[in-house]
Amino acid sequence: MSHSQTGSTYHSHGALYLKVFWALLALTVITVAVSRVDFGTWNIVVAMVIASIKALMVALIFMHLSHEDKVTWLYAIFPLILMGVLIGLVFLDNPYRVNPDGSWEYPLPKSTEAAPAAHH
Amino acid sequence: MSHSDSAHSDWKLGDPPIVHHMDSHTAYDAARLGMWLFLATEILLFGGLFAAYLFYHWMYFAEFHHASKSLNWQLGGLNTIVLLFSSYLAVMAVDSVKLGKSEKAYKYLMATIGCGFIFLIIKAFEYHAKYSHGLFPGMDTFNSEAHQVEYKMFFGLYFCMTALHAFHVILGMGLLLWAALKVRAGHFSSKYYTPVEVGALYWHLVDLIWIYLFPLLYLVG
Repeated sequence: MSHSQTGSTYHSHGALYLKVFWALLALTVITVAVSRVDFGTWNIVVAMVIASIKALMVALIFMHLSHEDKVTWLYAIFPLILMGVLIGLVFLDNPYRVNPDGSWEYPLPKSTEAAPAAHH
Repeated sequence: MSHSDSAHSDWKLGDPPIVHHMDSHTAYDAARLGMWLFLATEILLFGGLFAAYLFYHWMYFAEFHHASKSLNWQLGGLNTIVLLFSSYLAVMAVDSVKLGKSEKAYKYLMATIGCGFIFLIIKAFEYHAKYSHGLFPGMDTFNSEAHQVEYKMFFGLYFCMTALHAFHVILGMGLLLWAALKVRAGHFSSKYYTPVEVGALYWHLVDLIWIYLFPLLYLVG
């Protein structure tokens, strides 16, 4: 127990931090284990969901975001929204890119390309 | 004028620096908010690479999967554990300095830097393995027709993303070393620990980015 910089009394959060560390470790093991199972395209979604749970724990507890005010939350969230816009627009833009000769600038993903090619 | 003079004469080593335009509590809040704004720009810096990676992963799903399999996920996983542990040590350093245990805080900070060092050594081994297989962008073997363009795309992104991340690890180590030495010298204490807390925030961001890089590059590919 100590008087912190802000003048309020501070108690150690060491026990909580240790629990969070073990939880992060467990989630890392789960990420590796789940990646051994083939969900096809869904593997990346599952991996990103687990990563986001880990990221949320680090941000809320290790980075003390749960104790921060609304403005700090806004600063933490707005880059995520901008990243969503960036990634969303990249995927939205791509299917409509056409070369001057009329062909698609990018071919379709290889996994789906096989079916139409069979007609030739 | 007389107010600031008396404030200066009362100032002791380890006290918050005297700022004339705000009280020290406001300065503490402003410093953390400023760091969060900087971290936002860092997320967007990596955001461009993440967008590129996700796009090409979607385009060349099978090739990325194949290229990803050539990475050593055991070493990547070990590095994940090292970084998660370093984040725990960094938050314990902040906890200790708030409690007035400066000696402990110094040790936690040095241990965090040690973890950063271990991370970089493991990364160097991984880079060396890829380099000796001619999979480093710009090498003659890499540029040759032997590798598919999609394969090159994966390793281009892999090296860009992990090298930018490793650069942040090095910067974070420097920042924490500075904080650790200042803690030991008594400049930062339970009365003034803003730089320790803000430095730890930066370190946690480095950990956060790796939390996404590890499954993206090593596992799902």
